[in-house]
Amino acid sequence: MSGNMNLTLNVWRQKNVADKGRFVTYKADDISPDMSFLEMLDVVNERLVKKGEDPIHFDHDCREGICGMCSLYINGRPHGPKRGITTCQLHMRSFHDGETITIEPWRAEAFPVIKDLATDRTAFDRIQEAGGFVSVNTGGIPDANEIPIPKVIADEAFNSATCIQCGACVAACKNASAALFVSAKISQLALLPQGQPERYRRVQAMVAQMDAEGFGSCTNTGACEIECPKGISLTNINRMRRDYFTAKFFKEEEIN
Amino acid sequence: MSSFTKAFSSTLGKKLIMSLTGLFLSLFLIIHLLGNLQLFKHDGGKAFNEYSYFMTHFAPIKIISYLLYLSIVLHAVYALVITIGNGKARKVKYAVYKGSANSSWSSRNMGILGTVLLVFIVSHMSNFWAEYHWGGLPYAKYEMSLTNPEDVKVTNIPYEGKPLVHSEYVDTQAGTQVVVAKDLYILVMELFKKEWYVALYVISMIAMGFHLYHGFQSGFQTLGWDHKKYKPIIDVLGLWVFGIIIPAVFAAMPLYVYFFK
Repeated sequence: MSGNMNLTLNVWRQKNVADKGRFVTYKADDISPDMSFLEMLDVVNERLVKKGEDPIHFDHDCREGICGMCSLYINGRPHGPKRGITTCQLHMRSFHDGETITIEPWRAEAFPVIKDLATDRTAFDRIQEAGGFVSVNTGGIPDANEIPIPKVIADEAFNSATCIQCGACVAACKNASAALFVSAKISQLALLPQGQPERYRRVQAMVAQMDAEGFGSCTNTGACEIECPKGISLTNINRMRRDYFTAKFFKEEEIN
Repeated sequence: MSSFTKAFSSTLGKKLIMSLTGLFLSLFLIIHLLGNLQLFKHDGGKAFNEYSYFMTHFAPIKIISYLLYLSIVLHAVYALVITIGNGKARKVKYAVYKGSANSSWSSRNMGILGTVLLVFIVSHMSNFWAEYHWGGLPYAKYEMSLTNPEDVKVTNIPYEGKPLVHSEYVDTQAGTQVVVAKDLYILVMELFKKEWYVALYVISMIAMGFHLYHGFQSGFQTLGWDHKKYKPIIDVLGLWVFGIIIPAVFAAMPLYVYFFK
């Protein structure tokens, strides 16, 4: 078809976590500009399967930008060259005919490569388990709007809650810091009345788990905020620090 | 480990030390700059040498100076510790990395800029601070007419193996105020006449500008301080005052001496 593109892909291939891994070059010919980036990889994979080769492994699920499963570090940026979208929402029209595209997995010691471009992001789950919850008693259903919450606070908490745990913040950060993710998860609860009883225990537990997973230290470069597909802001990180230092230096509630 | 030490060994706590020491050093720059402005005076270095004496002999300032040395050491040591930790967090680097798309050059090169500054601070302190304390500096005698403060007579007293006593008195018979001070000014003038030193100084001040352009506002964020309305003021201060004006005025000193004195 006319208007279709011929591309060269430089793809990271790695058999398993123990394998050293290497770049392999593939020709991706006759790619429609209307395909999503993942559809383009599907086409490449079908051709690989036909040839009897091992297809390129990559994470994906909903393909509409809400699940946080897709990743890919494309031409030096997480989720590719566009802002505010995930890789599944990236279209091939964002590239030009004849372009060489380098595709790498998220790089962080806390996100080991499972195979090729798929990484193990369960470190995020363990951080969530450490404190990213509220304890609620069972019983009758509370009335809606029983607890008054100012609109601005509800909005801000909702903004933080839009984090889909994709890990682009870690991938974008030159220090592989998870500060944006962790702070968003802390903020969405710390801002609301329901999150207050565990607020200072939570921040200490989640920061401790973040450090134990081996993520780097945030140096405020702001790269995460720019690359976040959900537009989570740096304010969250500052709120996390505020709560953490408050917990450590002004409260007596200690965690074990 | 106590809760306190645990707090400071976390990724957030280590950065807190960077922030506190960094902001303290930034604050000191203002004082240092105001003092060094004495170099622009046409008084044979009288004001500058008096200022040097004051800075090294006034007790509260001496205490602050020890805090400064500690801050420089802590800032550098923690920077190294944090950088090593961050390196370990990503052992396999990206083949293609487009940092310019999402962050400022300064923010990505704080370590390199900081290293330039550390080299500068070490050379700066060995050239001036150590010389002033232990080097055999000459003395200068200033005789200022009491009726006309513009009329200053300067006599250079070469160092003869024994430091003189700093003295200030009024000679009523001659109608002059006399100051005998260690002559740091002459050493400054000497070094500021050397091309390599002026170059090192100017390059370091450019590095300092870039370092503080990111560092000053970053320091506030690391403390957890952020505000929609007031944070932009800090950003403007970080760019104009700490990123441009202070480094530029510092750099103007060796350039002024080199070209016009």
